[in-house]
Amino acid sequence: MEPSLARYIWLHTKKQQAWILMIVLLSMIPYFISFDLPKLIVNGPIQGKGFGQPGATQPFMRLHYDLPFIGEVQFFSGFQLDRTATLFALSTVFLLLVVINGLFKLYINTYKGRLGERMLRRIRYDLVDRVLRFPPTYFKRVKSAEVATMVKDEVEPLGGFIGDAFVQPVLLGGQALTAMLFIVVQNFWLGMIAAVIVVIQIVLIPRMRRRLIVLGRERQLTARALSGRVGEIVDGIGAVHVHDTSNYERADIAARLGLIFKIRFDLYQWKFMVKFLNNFLAQVTPFLFYMIGGYLALQGRLDVGQLVAVISAYKDLPGPMKELIDWDQARQDVQVKYQQVVEQFTVEDLIEPRIGALTIDNPAPMTEPLSAINLSMADDGGAMLLDRISLQVKPGETVALVSTATGGAEALAEAFARLNWPDSGRIASGANDLLGLPEAVTGRRMSYASSDVFLFQASLRDNLLYGLKHAPLRSVSYDGAAAEQHRWNVHEARRSGNPDIDIRSDWIDYASAGATGPHDLFEAVRRVLDAVLLSRDILDLGLRSSADLTRHTELARRIVELRGALRTRMEHEGLSGLVVPFEPGAYNKEATIGQNLLFGAAAGSELADKALAANPYFASVLRQAGLDRTLYEMGMEIADQTIELFADLPPDHQFFQQLAFMSAEEIPAYETLLQRLKNRPYEAVSENDRAMIVTLSFAYIEPRHRFGLLSDELMSKIVAARNRFYENLPPELQNAIERYDPAKYIAAATVMDNVLFGRVGNNHPDAPDRIRSIVYDILEELGLYGELLDVGLDFNVGAGGRRLTAGQRQKLDVARALLKRPDFLILNRPLSALDQRVQDKVLRNVLEEARCDGHSPAIVWVVTNPVMGMMFDRVIVFDSGQLVEDGTHETLLAGKGIFKELLS
Amino acid sequence: MLLKDEVGTLQRVPLFSGIEPTKLKLLAFTSDRVSYSSGQILFRQGDEGDAAYVILSGTADILVDSDSGPIKVAELVPNSIVGEIAILCNSNRTATVRAASPLEALRIRKDHFLRLMNEFPEMTIEILRVLADRLSHTTADLIDARSAK
Repeated sequence: MEPSLARYIWLHTKKQQAWILMIVLLSMIPYFISFDLPKLIVNGPIQGKGFGQPGATQPFMRLHYDLPFIGEVQFFSGFQLDRTATLFALSTVFLLLVVINGLFKLYINTYKGRLGERMLRRIRYDLVDRVLRFPPTYFKRVKSAEVATMVKDEVEPLGGFIGDAFVQPVLLGGQALTAMLFIVVQNFWLGMIAAVIVVIQIVLIPRMRRRLIVLGRERQLTARALSGRVGEIVDGIGAVHVHDTSNYERADIAARLGLIFKIRFDLYQWKFMVKFLNNFLAQVTPFLFYMIGGYLALQGRLDVGQLVAVISAYKDLPGPMKELIDWDQARQDVQVKYQQVVEQFTVEDLIEPRIGALTIDNPAPMTEPLSAINLSMADDGGAMLLDRISLQVKPGETVALVSTATGGAEALAEAFARLNWPDSGRIASGANDLLGLPEAVTGRRMSYASSDVFLFQASLRDNLLYGLKHAPLRSVSYDGAAAEQHRWNVHEARRSGNPDIDIRSDWIDYASAGATGPHDLFEAVRRVLDAVLLSRDILDLGLRSSADLTRHTELARRIVELRGALRTRMEHEGLSGLVVPFEPGAYNKEATIGQNLLFGAAAGSELADKALAANPYFASVLRQAGLDRTLYEMGMEIADQTIELFADLPPDHQFFQQLAFMSAEEIPAYETLLQRLKNRPYEAVSENDRAMIVTLSFAYIEPRHRFGLLSDELMSKIVAARNRFYENLPPELQNAIERYDPAKYIAAATVMDNVLFGRVGNNHPDAPDRIRSIVYDILEELGLYGELLDVGLDFNVGAGGRRLTAGQRQKLDVARALLKRPDFLILNRPLSALDQRVQDKVLRNVLEEARCDGHSPAIVWVVTNPVMGMMFDRVIVFDSGQLVEDGTHETLLAGKGIFKELLS
Repeated sequence: MLLKDEVGTLQRVPLFSGIEPTKLKLLAFTSDRVSYSSGQILFRQGDEGDAAYVILSGTADILVDSDSGPIKVAELVPNSIVGEIAILCNSNRTATVRAASPLEALRIRKDHFLRLMNEFPEMTIEILRVLADRLSHTTADLIDARSAK
């Protein structure tokens, strides 16, 4: 990148800078006229100059110029106005000038702001673009948070500066120079005094600022390191807790903050020191004027009028000077920041832009063999991972790479995937160096999965289809305001040197997954998920999440059918006792009292959990139904029993997992509350305390908690209250609750709850598992299996995919590699988190799935267990960075080499 | 059956007889009340042991697999406890338990059971006593079987 900020700015904005300079100069004309106008108003109409006789008039807006050689030329004779009319006319002109000046200012500021923001956008894009092109080794040295902070924070001040980069010095310099010139014209020697002081300022201040620049650089580096460390703590939080090193981290952060404070405080002190000096120098000049000029005047060598003119002219000098010096400081500041960032982003061996160029059309299949020629790979410490090996993988061949602990098969797989570059030798596809091929070829015709999986924080679906998003294949058509917005987006992107590729296009390459469009892509997705044995996990996720009804309309439409089928099936298998269904007119004993009262799913915060008892409308319904007192007494009984049971347990006791009414932390609060309320009549208890106690009763389930608190009368009262609740539901709560309706899908509830539409009995320990497998059966029968899988694919995998297990992440990575149907499938110990039995099963499935529909990709699989070698055409064995054996499973087994040893 | 009745039942189980009623109530509260119909399996031989069961009502058969199919080795009556051995030894179930009539039981999870043993030495001693008792019975049976040969 361009190392000088000024050149970088000039290179990209010279036209705009020239334009804005011109506008600024133009704006000077009305600006100076508006200076002159007050004098005209005061002298003319107010003081009556030129209006000596009553009824006298003066021309207004007379345009006349004295031109050389021609003499006076009058373009317009003007309107003849009397004194009052002239006052109004001139005042109106003054107002007009105010408006014009304001508009100029508005335009200039907007223009400069936009210029700066565009440049900021350009710089940030350039930086990220370089990140995308860094060689692999770079990422072993740099912390992600540091790169992020450079792109985000460190270049930020550049945006504000860029608009002023050239305009400000020209303008302020001009102003200062004019004032200077004026002084010199008035009196040469006094002018020289001013000039000397200015020179001192210009020489001294920047020298003092050098220290500021050094400190500024330190501040930037320490702040960047801080954000790197914070990022590290977040990423490694597990290690911190496991080793009880949180205080070590605290000390480290405190030490860094101390250093940053010191630097910042130093900076602060210097800054004000410089400011003080600057102000002092500015004020010293008038002192010299008064003293020397006054002395000269006393001596009679200078007339008083001149001295006054000089002093008043000097008033205009310090302002621009100060701003100019401020500008210079800002310039140095951003220049330092810019250089710091550019240094970090200047890396050797940057990947050429052509490698990652956008390619719409899919490249031809890779039909030539992939070969390693004299390939050597070393790790960062220089230890040899692979030592001059040569081998060739033919298209369609399946190869198992077996490796001893120091074998180096992983390094070969990484080299094939271009994740690490060879130290010597090369990888070639046919006659071409693999590193020279565009990513459009290697990223589409090859795929790679390893044990070290990275997932983006997005849905499972997005992560799975990520490997298909190479180029915007089908653009979206916009109309109306959206089209306007799109045009603006494209225009602005181009103005800032950003690409105008539309992220909202359909990027998914259906063809490479063997599909023709969104409608049949799912079939391919399902097959790869089945192959890696991930479908069941995703179905479980689907059952536990609530479906997005705009997408999964089928599920909502057929919910009644689904519920009916489940009911019939359960009866058929004699299991109907396992689930107690929700019925609008009946109490459901397996559900909590709260659920029975509400008989719906809370969709907002108003009626959810602890807020329910405190909701005024709900409380009023309870009162009318005559339940308020009963539930309060029930809550008191529950509190009493719970505290009796749990009060002397330590808060981390496992038994608390069984306690639904309150958490371990709440027990002391309830204990004091109980003490306070025990002998108080119900009427004397405050609303808040009532709500606290009533809440407890809402979590009560008789068959589970067995306190014996539920009577038939109470149950029928609760059902009555339920109906009353819905009859007069106020409008503001209409959207806070979705009533259970046997004929309707409840959007706020999970899919499982929707299908069950009831509660699983508490006294059947294996009921949930049995019901789940029946639900899957029914979904398959009704053809809704795919729909549920799709719901599961909406699951957000969390930062780095941490909401999935390691095994699930690895399976997803393999599925993603498989989905693209590559010509070369490189798998680097891809399933290490799974046990051997599952690995074998997935291996078999993957080999089969990769070869469906007449495809025959080459598969290179670094296996975790040599036994897996028998599934492949060819087995290659590595030991100590050397290729030691190469042949079919049978021949190697027959020999007496390392492979045989590894197997035994 | 309510919590307080369960406490009564637990008190009649020899293993728990030495424990104060409030603690038994806690044990009952944190355990799951489960019910089985006749013929349903509580757990199978070879399964991982994750819970012990106290029979509240009904009866169950203890079956052991043999070459000639399952053999009934004992019957469980109300107030008896079953399944505690697998929890103690971290081993798999040594027998299958099948409900012989509609059965109500209290399912005590492994971690809760172990925690109780930690907190109540009298319970641990009681368990030791029961186990030792069983061992001496088994030894006696073995001697009988050997001498009958």
